[in-house]
Amino acid sequence: MIFERRLLTRDRGAGILEKLWQIPWTFVLLLCGVAAVGYVALLSAGSGNPDAYAQKHAIRFGFGLVVMLGIALVDIKLIARFAWVGYLGGLALLVLVLVYGNVGKGAQRWIDVGPVQLQPSELMKIMLVLALAAWFHRASWERIGNPLFLIPPAIAVLVPVALILKQPNLGTALITCMVGAAVFWAAGMRWWKFAIGIAATAVAAPIAYERLHDYQRARITTFLDPESDPLGAGYNIIQSKIALGSGGLWGKGFLQGTQGHLNFLPEKQTDFIFTMIAEEFGLVGALTTLTMLMLVVAFCYLVAFRSRHQFGRLLAVGLGTNYFLYVFVNVAMVTGSIPVGGVPLPLISHGGSAMLTVMLGFGLLLSAYVHRDAEMGPMRE
Amino acid sequence: MTWRPWGGPGLLGGERSIRKEEERRRGIFTRRAAVLGALQLGAFVFLGSRLYRLQVEEGARYATLAEENRVSARLFAPPRGRVLDRNGKVVAGNRLNWRALLVAEQTADLGATLETFSRIVPLGDHERVRIEREVRRNRRFVPVILREFLTWEEMARIEVNAPDLPGISVDMGTTRIYPETEHLAHVVGYVAAPAEADAGDDPLMQLPGIRVGRAGVERHHDRILRGRAGAVQVEVNAVGRVIRELDRREGIPGQDVQISVDTELQKAVRGKIQEGTTAVLLDARNGEVLAMATKPSFDPNIFNSGVSAAQWRQWTAARTTPLINKATNGLYAPGSTFKMIVALAALEARVARPGDIVSCPGHLDFGNNRFHCHNRNGHGGMNMRTAIMASCDVYFYEMARRVGMDRIAAMGNRFGMGVDLEIELPGARRGLMPTRGWRQAQGKPWSIGDTIVHGIGQGFYQLTPLSLAVMTARLATGRAVQPHLTRAIGGRPVRGTRAEDWPSLGIPDADMRLIREAMWAVVNGGGTAGASRLPSQYGQMAGKTGTTQVRRVTREQRERGFNVSQVPREWRPHALFVAYAPHDNPLFALSVIVEHGSSGSGAAAPLARDIMVEAFQRLGPQRPGQRVAEAPR
Repeated sequence: MIFERRLLTRDRGAGILEKLWQIPWTFVLLLCGVAAVGYVALLSAGSGNPDAYAQKHAIRFGFGLVVMLGIALVDIKLIARFAWVGYLGGLALLVLVLVYGNVGKGAQRWIDVGPVQLQPSELMKIMLVLALAAWFHRASWERIGNPLFLIPPAIAVLVPVALILKQPNLGTALITCMVGAAVFWAAGMRWWKFAIGIAATAVAAPIAYERLHDYQRARITTFLDPESDPLGAGYNIIQSKIALGSGGLWGKGFLQGTQGHLNFLPEKQTDFIFTMIAEEFGLVGALTTLTMLMLVVAFCYLVAFRSRHQFGRLLAVGLGTNYFLYVFVNVAMVTGSIPVGGVPLPLISHGGSAMLTVMLGFGLLLSAYVHRDAEMGPMRE
Repeated sequence: MTWRPWGGPGLLGGERSIRKEEERRRGIFTRRAAVLGALQLGAFVFLGSRLYRLQVEEGARYATLAEENRVSARLFAPPRGRVLDRNGKVVAGNRLNWRALLVAEQTADLGATLETFSRIVPLGDHERVRIEREVRRNRRFVPVILREFLTWEEMARIEVNAPDLPGISVDMGTTRIYPETEHLAHVVGYVAAPAEADAGDDPLMQLPGIRVGRAGVERHHDRILRGRAGAVQVEVNAVGRVIRELDRREGIPGQDVQISVDTELQKAVRGKIQEGTTAVLLDARNGEVLAMATKPSFDPNIFNSGVSAAQWRQWTAARTTPLINKATNGLYAPGSTFKMIVALAALEARVARPGDIVSCPGHLDFGNNRFHCHNRNGHGGMNMRTAIMASCDVYFYEMARRVGMDRIAAMGNRFGMGVDLEIELPGARRGLMPTRGWRQAQGKPWSIGDTIVHGIGQGFYQLTPLSLAVMTARLATGRAVQPHLTRAIGGRPVRGTRAEDWPSLGIPDADMRLIREAMWAVVNGGGTAGASRLPSQYGQMAGKTGTTQVRRVTREQRERGFNVSQVPREWRPHALFVAYAPHDNPLFALSVIVEHGSSGSGAAAPLARDIMVEAFQRLGPQRPGQRVAEAPR
């Protein structure tokens, strides 16, 4: 098993080749497989024409792969040291997008960075995980039990969440919250504090609902009863379910999906790419894809369990949860299980921002794996 | 927080305790991460089960829904059957029609799109009103016609500007065309958009621009002419655009209907008559309508593209009623043309023998009333033959008095008057044959004086020119011929083209001969229409004149010597003439009514003669049109 290879030297300054040898190429292969699924799906979304989406997807993935491998070689201690710098950079971008961002679908989400549209909220989630891992990695069980110790990281979560809500982007804000919560949980925050937090959310939710934008409320009410507005907001969910369901066990075949190719399926190349796969390749194709995505998440946990330092563990769990949330929210959304939220399926759906940030995150993950035995300094109380 | 096995705060010392603490932290992390991982695994399982439910358990249902999404059935109108005249000439046909259609749901801003369109093809205000009304009335995806009869240039401009005209497309349809315009309008009728009530069950009615027969033969044979809708199953995308055709079921084209009218004869007749005149020419042997002409008429092509309010007002307000077919809907008293019926009623009731003499002193006194003969000086002794020939009123006053109104009316009914003749012209009037019972139902008494007046065809009678022609045909043949227009449907002749198809009226031959002889004498034996004999090569015409008062002639006028030329035209009597020819072998039966023509012999009989000559020239002396024509499509 490739993951069984041991680091030959634990000292810093291990050679580049040494580190390359340490990279878990099985995982890289798995990512390539997921991206290949995305390529096929996007080829179909472009009616068989690679120029539409698939070609760009392949190029972006190739670029992301280089970024990921580059980051994998960076010393984890260096990453930990500059974690807060990255966090502040992410915050700065979030502020920037509010000031200069492009308005799309009623929200300010993008800023143009050269040819790429950057979505800082995506990047922010990675940076938040980094910062939280850095904050918690030397904290003892007692220290985490101290409420005062939890206040700064809580603020670190709430500030970007507030900025993302301001865009407004309810879905990503919620996901950012959950990613943060996962790190808090893994770091050892007492479970009863979680219980209080969940109870407080339950009380606050109706009040928050009152303050939501109309389109956000519409999404929630439409989710509760999609047929109530079959030509409006519910249309997407209904058509997506029809596409999924009509795919059946084996699917309609490549390029044969009627829902997708006759444009009944909205945004089939982005948010609804999974539906496209499920329609053309059936339950078999959908479950195969889902299993591959699950293995990606599982690898994150493997990295966490193998890391000898808390920073690597928390980082891996945070990144794994981040990717898990992408997958879960997206697939739950297209199957009509939760409200439509404009969450992409990274590595498969068309779009540069999510792909790049996710690959960046996997770079950090790989660095944590390559440097899993690094000395990260003593624990503090 | 209080449990500190390794000592007090800040006393974290020693390699061993640090390692122990590290182990503990790692243990906590492992448990916590395991919980998180299990949750996430559970979530994946949930997604998997959700997919299984959607794709396997409910797969069939969603497959159906996807199919319903994908496949759309569309109707298309079959070509409407044509109407042909007796020689196979097309009198109602189809021609290509380029039209601009709008699908409301494919345009975001209807007003703006229409505005853009009207810059390319100007739209009038009433057109906009119609379009907006149709858009409101139809479902959003039903195409609405913006404009028909586009020119090539307009079509090209629309196509070029297509990107600015979302939801607008150009479509080739057909439109009805009536080459004979007003000449056959009352017979052939016209098509127009279906009325709300007509929409009914036929899915064709939902098609944009569908036209249905709204009058005349077009209406009577609408189902036959319309055919059955074809259907095409197409694959459509989310906005309803057709991607490809999956299945096509051809419609059944409407069948051609051939009518018995001879277009050229009809036009010739119309050329001879003036406004307010009606002429109906039947094939005496089988009741086929050869010509049915009245003036004024209208151009049925106007209905096809929609009648403007001004045009409609003009038609309906006109005293001359151009839209009304006076042959079937004009109601007149028959006057003296009815005297043959009174005579037959008297013969059948055996209240008179043909040779019985009635003396005419110029009037008949009954009770306190004096009933005048048109001849103030009296005709002297009259028998039945001479009474018909000279149209002696006193003789028929006497006959009516003897036979009674109800038997006269019954005889009239047998000759096709005041009954439904079932002509293929919707809305045709049956007219009124008065009886004592009818009058009493109105709460009015019926006096013998009434009967006497009705003996000369005056009074409450309301008869159509068609029914007078039918009477004449039945007098000529002794058979209960029914008037009809249909000769063939889809090339197959209909029944009733032979004389033997019609039952005998059951009048004794001797009686019929007597009446025919009298009618012959009217024209050829020194009777009232002696000036209107046919040119000899066509044989001889038998007929009967009639002049019906539209205003009562006062005693003062009568004593001064009544002269019709001195009263306003609309006060002058109507002139009537019924005739058949040739006398020895009747082919044609004709009724002519000249409104305010003053005199049957003066105005109607010469016209009847001219029409007969036309009929002989076109359809005689050989038997008029046994041929069932099938014109090439």
